[in-house]
Amino acid sequence: MAVDQLAPATRPPLFYDPRVRAIFFQVLVLGIVLLGGAYLVSNTLANLARQGIASGFGFLDTTAGFSISMSLIEYSEESSYGRVFLVGLLNTLLVSGIGIVFATILGFLIGVARLSQNWIVSKIAAAYIEILRNIPLLLQLFFWYFAVLRALPGTRNSIELFGLFYINNRGLSSPSPIFEPGFSTIVIAFGIAVVAVFMLARWARKRQERTGEQFPTFWAGLGVIVGLPLLAAIITGFPLSWDVPKLKGFNFVGGIVLIPEFVSLALALSLYTASFIAEIVRAGIMSVSHGQTEAAFALGLQRGPTLRLVIIPQALRVIIPPLTSQYLNLTKNSSLAAAIAYPDIVLVFAGTVLMQTGQAVEIIAITMGCYLVISLLISGFMNWYNQKMALVER
Amino acid sequence: MRVLTSLFIAGAALAVSTAASAGTMEDVVKKGFVQCGVSQGLPGFSNPDENGNWTGIDVDVCRAVAAAVLGDASKVKFSPLSAKERFTALQSGEVDILSRNTTWTLVRDTALGLNFAGVNYYDGQGFMVRKDLGVKSALELDGASACVNIGTTTELNLSDYFRTNNMKLNPVVFEKADEVVAAYDAGRCDVYTTDQSGLAAQRQKLKDPDANMVLPEIISKEPLGPVVRHGDDKWLDVVKWSLYAMVGAEDLGITSKNVDKMKGSDNPKIRRFLGTEGEGGKGLGVSADWAYNIVKQVGNYGESFERYVGPNTPLGLERGLNAQWKDGGLQYAMPVR
Repeated sequence: MAVDQLAPATRPPLFYDPRVRAIFFQVLVLGIVLLGGAYLVSNTLANLARQGIASGFGFLDTTAGFSISMSLIEYSEESSYGRVFLVGLLNTLLVSGIGIVFATILGFLIGVARLSQNWIVSKIAAAYIEILRNIPLLLQLFFWYFAVLRALPGTRNSIELFGLFYINNRGLSSPSPIFEPGFSTIVIAFGIAVVAVFMLARWARKRQERTGEQFPTFWAGLGVIVGLPLLAAIITGFPLSWDVPKLKGFNFVGGIVLIPEFVSLALALSLYTASFIAEIVRAGIMSVSHGQTEAAFALGLQRGPTLRLVIIPQALRVIIPPLTSQYLNLTKNSSLAAAIAYPDIVLVFAGTVLMQTGQAVEIIAITMGCYLVISLLISGFMNWYNQKMALVER
Repeated sequence: MRVLTSLFIAGAALAVSTAASAGTMEDVVKKGFVQCGVSQGLPGFSNPDENGNWTGIDVDVCRAVAAAVLGDASKVKFSPLSAKERFTALQSGEVDILSRNTTWTLVRDTALGLNFAGVNYYDGQGFMVRKDLGVKSALELDGASACVNIGTTTELNLSDYFRTNNMKLNPVVFEKADEVVAAYDAGRCDVYTTDQSGLAAQRQKLKDPDANMVLPEIISKEPLGPVVRHGDDKWLDVVKWSLYAMVGAEDLGITSKNVDKMKGSDNPKIRRFLGTEGEGGKGLGVSADWAYNIVKQVGNYGESFERYVGPNTPLGLERGLNAQWKDGGLQYAMPVR
């Protein structure tokens, strides 16, 4: 009986073949999604045309005609909307990048402090985390912006530091470097120093693997990186001068101005995200069992190398994936800039340019595309780093 | 690939067939109220009072339209919109009228797919500074920081003005009007710039209104008026003539107080206006007494002006350009006949 049932290897009818079914449903779903997308696109186009709303990307070449308070590249009112886009994008990248760096440093410090044996330190860290991560970012942003602004004096009563830096409610004015001919020598010297340190580090590692002798790579490297450009500077006679800000009329002229919008946005983003990163770091470190530390000590490793070579590499496995999400959050949260007048891509491009051209569909699409690309790049990089850090099983 | 192409074509055909929508007029009659886009609180123009009722001369335009179409000026729902959101809200059909101190410009009238139905306030852009700054003219503002609202004509005029006068400008651009005022009050900027009427209105919100002054220069033309979607002529007509009815009533001497008595007037202009003679309302697609309803329930343009922005209000604005044409102003209603 059983043999009879097993023997005939006839294929089931096409409709009951799981593989055919699977393909059929996948094609069906894909078709529905594509149809839906096509419907939305064509409906939008038809509606835009019906209401006589301008469309297309030609506006990117049109003169913008408005000023922007902070720009990393050359920008004037005569620049095009395309240039405005670049200015906004760079400002977004700048504040996100700086926010990520500070949030990471602060987050690691607080995360470690939270695990401290010292009762006060650990409670202060805990209070910081609980307060900062439980208040909406927008409110924190307003707090920093208006708290900072109101606390600072007007331009004419600026706080002066060494006659070089001026702090007032228009921002922090600091001297800016002017590069004179010959400065490139210093840059080249710096480049050579970096390469030399890399090679030194490799040599030191190889030597340690071979002979067990340690080499003070850090101090030697620091000496080379500082010393070589310094030597170049002395030889070329310091080809660098400073443009010191001076009070003229309403504001300081010359130098670089760090506008309060940028400072408060970077501050709010870093402090807020640091509270999340601190918890991630704490979780990461706690995930490494205490036996690892004891084993390292038993092998004769000191505290520093134990942390650096045993605990952190294992903690990073746990830390990196959620850390990536925090970086992505920080970058996207930087779009709150619009609330406090920081000229990021949302404020100047998806704001002013959108209002002036009225081409909402194109501009929002470009802006969304930008955030998507930035986010994918960040997560791509973090995934690569995660793979590099993953446990290598032998 | 060919499958994809045909799918796209099928989708497109489907979309086009459903793209057209009913007229705004029919929609409003069906739902029984007018959805009106207003500011997020600009005293005198559109601002909620202590009971949460919206008041102001921009609000009155929407109320007039509701009175004309639905016979009841209270049948209006309000959507507070930021300067940045306002046109999208109108384009997407979220509001039926945008009556939000909006400047009539070429780009807005054309490329944004909108139509302006008239001008209910002729304005111009001005500057406000703190008195202790010691500035007497806008031409002394070289290098100044200026607080300004995003998505406004103000933002562009400001750049233009500084550029033509070879002055350096540091703009600080905010998304909401309240944030602009707060930042100016906190000392972030030397100058606060917006329409003159806006300066008068927002000044009330400052910590110490008297420590600030408005500079004499008016740097632009800002004709403010109600806006509707492009391509809906019937609705455009209704909004346009509701505004004309308010202005025209003042011209004819009809007020909310004497309108019932005026109904018995022998003057054919007044009889036609109030619908006791002629068929003016028919062409608009509204009842014959549409203008009567507007004047009775909302009042004429002069009454609305005096009530919200005139000399006896905190704004204290003079009629100036907004006086009737026969008093040397620009308010001129087309004849109802």
